Amino acid sequence: MSILAILEQRPNQQGTPEWNRMSFETLAAAQQLAEEMGTAASAAVVGKGIGALANELSSKRLEKVYAVEHDLLRDYTPDAYTAALRQLVERVRPTLALFPHTYQVRDFLPKLATALDRVAVSDVVAHRVENGAPVLVRQLFQGKVNVDVRFASAAPNFASLQAGAYRADRLAEGSAAVEAFTPQIEAAQIRTRPLDLFRESQRAVDLGAAEIIVSVGRGIKEAENIPLVQKLADALGAELAASRPICDAGWLPMERQVGSSGQTVAPKLYLAVGISGAIQHLVGMKGSRTVVAINKDPNAPIFEIADYGIVGDLFQVVPELTAAVQKAKS
Amino acid sequence: MKIVVAIKQVPARDSQLRVASSGKWIEDTDLTYEINEPDAYALEAGLQLKEKHGGEVIALCAGPARAAQTIREALAKGADRAIHIEEEEIGAYDPLAAAKLLAAALAPEKPDLVLTGLQSDDLGYGQTGVILAELMGVPHATIIMQVEKQDGAIRMKRELENGWFQHVEMPLPALLTIQSGISKLRYATLMGIKKAKTKEIRRLAPAELGVSAANPRISLDRVYAPERTKRTQLFDGAPQEAAAQLVEKLKFEARVL
Repeated sequence: MSILAILEQRPNQQGTPEWNRMSFETLAAAQQLAEEMGTAASAAVVGKGIGALANELSSKRLEKVYAVEHDLLRDYTPDAYTAALRQLVERVRPTLALFPHTYQVRDFLPKLATALDRVAVSDVVAHRVENGAPVLVRQLFQGKVNVDVRFASAAPNFASLQAGAYRADRLAEGSAAVEAFTPQIEAAQIRTRPLDLFRESQRAVDLGAAEIIVSVGRGIKEAENIPLVQKLADALGAELAASRPICDAGWLPMERQVGSSGQTVAPKLYLAVGISGAIQHLVGMKGSRTVVAINKDPNAPIFEIADYGIVGDLFQVVPELTAAVQKAKS
Repeated sequence: MKIVVAIKQVPARDSQLRVASSGKWIEDTDLTYEINEPDAYALEAGLQLKEKHGGEVIALCAGPARAAQTIREALAKGADRAIHIEEEEIGAYDPLAAAKLLAAALAPEKPDLVLTGLQSDDLGYGQTGVILAELMGVPHATIIMQVEKQDGAIRMKRELENGWFQHVEMPLPALLTIQSGISKLRYATLMGIKKAKTKEIRRLAPAELGVSAANPRISLDRVYAPERTKRTQLFDGAPQEAAAQLVEKLKFEARVL
């Protein structure tokens, strides 16, 4: 019995593998589940040239770190990843393999689980352990309803974890041996040809890496009012983001959209300005450590997940807040 | 090109949901249903490909008798024919069993391309398409923004996270899951609605397909309303005062400044 966290990296533009931040949330979840289930956690990182990343994990409280390496794993393809991970899972035989619920994992995890005649529980937001077995919590109907899910199959089982559901800063330190694992993959097995990675706009924004995000919604009323919120973002050293209607209207580029159809973020501070908090927005930001809402409607759902709130007219509150932040930082 | 679009009927997006007394699902007596929004975009993508390259679009749906309404709408929008796997208890199928139903129904069709939405608005597993591809033994790609047909192959634009995209190529036959909001959805025309009445809907039963919901790999134990986990501290003084109180809290309590 053991937990295996399968972590995600992607080569940067220089070709050096870099962590997807969500990997550490998965690692923390694996440690937590292992402790509660009375077993040990291990981790795996998949790719090419990932030795440095694997070594980084050797200072964590893990039984083992598997460096799953192959030339054909340099660029992600569902065929190569599934082949490699199937062999790893068959070799390590974990009770439960955990993944971050990234776009990449969504692309291959159902294939991997199907190949092993299992069903992965995707997009998990919480868990508890009952009689030694995990009960996983998922959301239905875009977050309106929760459901408890159990595995009905023997090990190995699979689950992916929603961004922000587990806290990466609760990672336990320790030491772990790194073991190389070389899967058997043939080039002929790979049917898809991954081509260029690109961004569409000049201003590349990585909201996922932002520590503070100021996000603006319909309450801002007109494109001409965006600079008001930009000033607050500048004062906080924050990235500016928006709910879908703002991006659909073209007031901010799509790459700044947070929510189910945009990016999922989990910054230290998320400040929602004039955002009512439709569930499609909430799923993209509710993992934020601290949420502040400014809205004129005291019944806006955003207040249900806000730690702090100001009920008021954003056109009055935001300039005062900008000034107060500047004062506090000076 | 022969294109199959797998669509699902789900409760309408603005539905007020109540947990059923059984605690196993939601109260579904007064609900209205509609096509799963991402599937509507998959259908649109299929219809556009057909318009450009010719061929046929077949709508495939597993669901209760009420799903016939959603199937008819797909036909009215331009699908040529449909396959309805009639199953009143479709909720008892886990994603693997549901995909097995779809795979068995479309096997004799030998489509060049299978399209579906990236996830459903009700269960939201986001897995059916990928499982279906694995069962069919064809390559797949998910969260697709654009599809371009080439000679015996397709080239796609995939959405990645944080504003990144990637082009991917693969041979046909293949399966794609389509991102919501990538195009403008068409409405059914009056002519389309009229024509739909004469189009074929083939009805299949799970038993003829040799698939059942028995021995699920996962089980849904209990459905419940999410608990409110946070208590909001509200500052309701004058804007200047409220702003100062908030900054104080952010600095010394939340320690995020």
